Amino acid sequence: MPDRKPVSLRLLAPFAAALALIAGTAQAGPTLDAVKARSTVKCGVLNSPGGSAPDANGEWRGFNADFCRAIAAALFNDPRKVEFVATTRQQRFTAIQSGEVDVLIAGVTQTVTRALQLGLHFGPIVLHDGQGFLVPKALKVAKATELDGATVCTMPGTTTELNVTDFFRLNKISYKPVVAEEFREVLAAFTAGRCDVLTQDASALAITRSQLPKPDDYVLLPERISKEPIAPAVRFGDDQWQEIVNWTIWATIQAEEFGIARDTVDGFAGSPDPSVRRFLGIDPGIGEAIRLDPRWAYNIVKAVGNYGEIFERNYGKDSPLKFARGPNELVQRGGLIVSPPFR
Amino acid sequence: MTTGRTGGAAQEPLVSAVGFLCMAALVWWLARNTLDNLDRQGIALGFGFLGRPAGFALDDTLLAFEPAHSYARAILAGLLNTVAVAVLGCVLAGVLGFLLGALRLSDNPIVEALVRAYVELMRNTPLLLQLLFWSAVIHALPPVRAAAEPLPGVFLSNRGLVLPYPVPGAAPLWAGGLLLVLLLAGRRVLPARLVTPARLLAAAGFAAALALAPPEWRVPRLKGFNFVGGATVSPEFTALLAGLVLHHAAGVSEIVRGAVLGVPAGQWEAAQALGLTRARTLHLVVLPQALRAMVPLLASTALNLTKGSSLAVAIGFPDVVSVLGTIGSQTGQEIEVMALLAGLFLALNLATSSALNAYNARLLRRGER
Repeated sequence: MPDRKPVSLRLLAPFAAALALIAGTAQAGPTLDAVKARSTVKCGVLNSPGGSAPDANGEWRGFNADFCRAIAAALFNDPRKVEFVATTRQQRFTAIQSGEVDVLIAGVTQTVTRALQLGLHFGPIVLHDGQGFLVPKALKVAKATELDGATVCTMPGTTTELNVTDFFRLNKISYKPVVAEEFREVLAAFTAGRCDVLTQDASALAITRSQLPKPDDYVLLPERISKEPIAPAVRFGDDQWQEIVNWTIWATIQAEEFGIARDTVDGFAGSPDPSVRRFLGIDPGIGEAIRLDPRWAYNIVKAVGNYGEIFERNYGKDSPLKFARGPNELVQRGGLIVSPPFR
Repeated sequence: MTTGRTGGAAQEPLVSAVGFLCMAALVWWLARNTLDNLDRQGIALGFGFLGRPAGFALDDTLLAFEPAHSYARAILAGLLNTVAVAVLGCVLAGVLGFLLGALRLSDNPIVEALVRAYVELMRNTPLLLQLLFWSAVIHALPPVRAAAEPLPGVFLSNRGLVLPYPVPGAAPLWAGGLLLVLLLAGRRVLPARLVTPARLLAAAGFAAALALAPPEWRVPRLKGFNFVGGATVSPEFTALLAGLVLHHAAGVSEIVRGAVLGVPAGQWEAAQALGLTRARTLHLVVLPQALRAMVPLLASTALNLTKGSSLAVAIGFPDVVSVLGTIGSQTGQEIEVMALLAGLFLALNLATSSALNAYNARLLRRGER
């Protein structure tokens, strides 16, 4: 889908979004009705490799993009019914507040300010990340506290920008920020040596590093200076829509707990386990309450796979990045990822 | 004829009233929707957030800024940066534009063609593209550890131009203050046009004070990751200024050319008949007349340049738009932020245009006399 607006247009977008916030007519509650009438889910994403980025064919790929598709699969049994709306870090909240998108799955860190002051409701945490520092090896920096006086590249309007400020203040060392809204500009500044350090969530940094011309010239410092629980966000005040987003995410996690994968889901049709039968809609029940197809969870798994598959495909062993699951492992296996029971 | 006019006059209040009611209804509808939407999302309107600590850092600001400072101070720092770029940009674009305009009028076909090519290139490509280009050019400068040193103590790298700068001691400051007082007093006592003894004395005192307490030079040196000591002209500021100046100078040169060509040929001929050289004709006869046609157009260029400075956000210069964008995103107070942005730019542009209008009025008065 041709979602990539030209740069100049995207710079204007906050204004348009603010206008929309002023002029948008009341849409109390029924986001689901609007989505069904439109037959697509408008999913706000960032252009950020690994999380979501268009591939050579213009198809959005990535961890966040897959969760957008999961919602479409749950609603329409068709993961293609997503309209990806590219936002920037500065304008993404206005995009969700104003109704320009139905759900924001754009690497947003769940924070109290964003929940209480921005009028956002956060869904389940899909990724436990932490902010890190990427530096050229030539600088011979071993740990982050040695960065006194360094120039740091980052992007405005993020928790990253606030965390790095706190980190340097707390350690009583100084730094010079260079912030630009376009990631390409920030990356160009970093690779040219305009700044010594690039700081982002560690997952994004690892991806950035892998895409640099000489990845081995750069090292990701061991420190994680923050906790970054990444979660989808929806507007305040539409409980039904919030539940659909929540349970879509949880369905991918529950499927992994059951050991149900994209390739094996059809084999569970004859499962004697009542909870699996309920989950997959073989014995109907759990879809009706949120006005979904009885087989909505089946449709999700069939379309994008379970949580583990989504992780491994985009970040883990099936990706060039080879991230370990770490905290993003199921609770049963010592991680932090968990779903409430489907009953 | 008369009845028609009376009819028009009678209709006008009615039309105005309907128009006014429509506007009022629109405003009411917008306001109600906004409040409804904000209320539903649990967002509270208000400017109370401005006093809270910002929590983010800004580099390259004229006004010193720390993360513990308030959002209001961040906005002020951004605004000062915008004003600095706008003022410097307008002056430089004006000077360069006049020069180019004069060259464009040259009889030399090569010069004329070169200037024309420049103007067409600059006018027909987007400003944003040009800014990204200049930003990339500056990134191609040597890295900080391989910085070029064109003059002793002056370093050029892709982190900007670092210069030594003098820090005056206390004595010169006192001398400067004294000089000012003497000049003012001297003027009142002796309204002489030329150098007065008092001024001479003051200047001598100032020089003596400077000699007694020479300024301390802060010389940059590479320490750790960056140059310390010394003043830095940042790459982002340079790229933005270069982009704005080079882009708008092309426009100014066309305004100058148009205005000069707009002066009737008879004026040239008359000046020639009086035996004035070409340069003196331009200076004494043509430019004073052309200026009157130019000023309103120059004013609109100045406004465009000021507004164009908002593209700084793309290349990472902390101007008021960038700072407000960040604040909006960090606090969620988008409506207040947009209102502030609109208000500040409106104020800035109204100030610019009223200054130029005043200048224009003076020019016109001078013409009438």
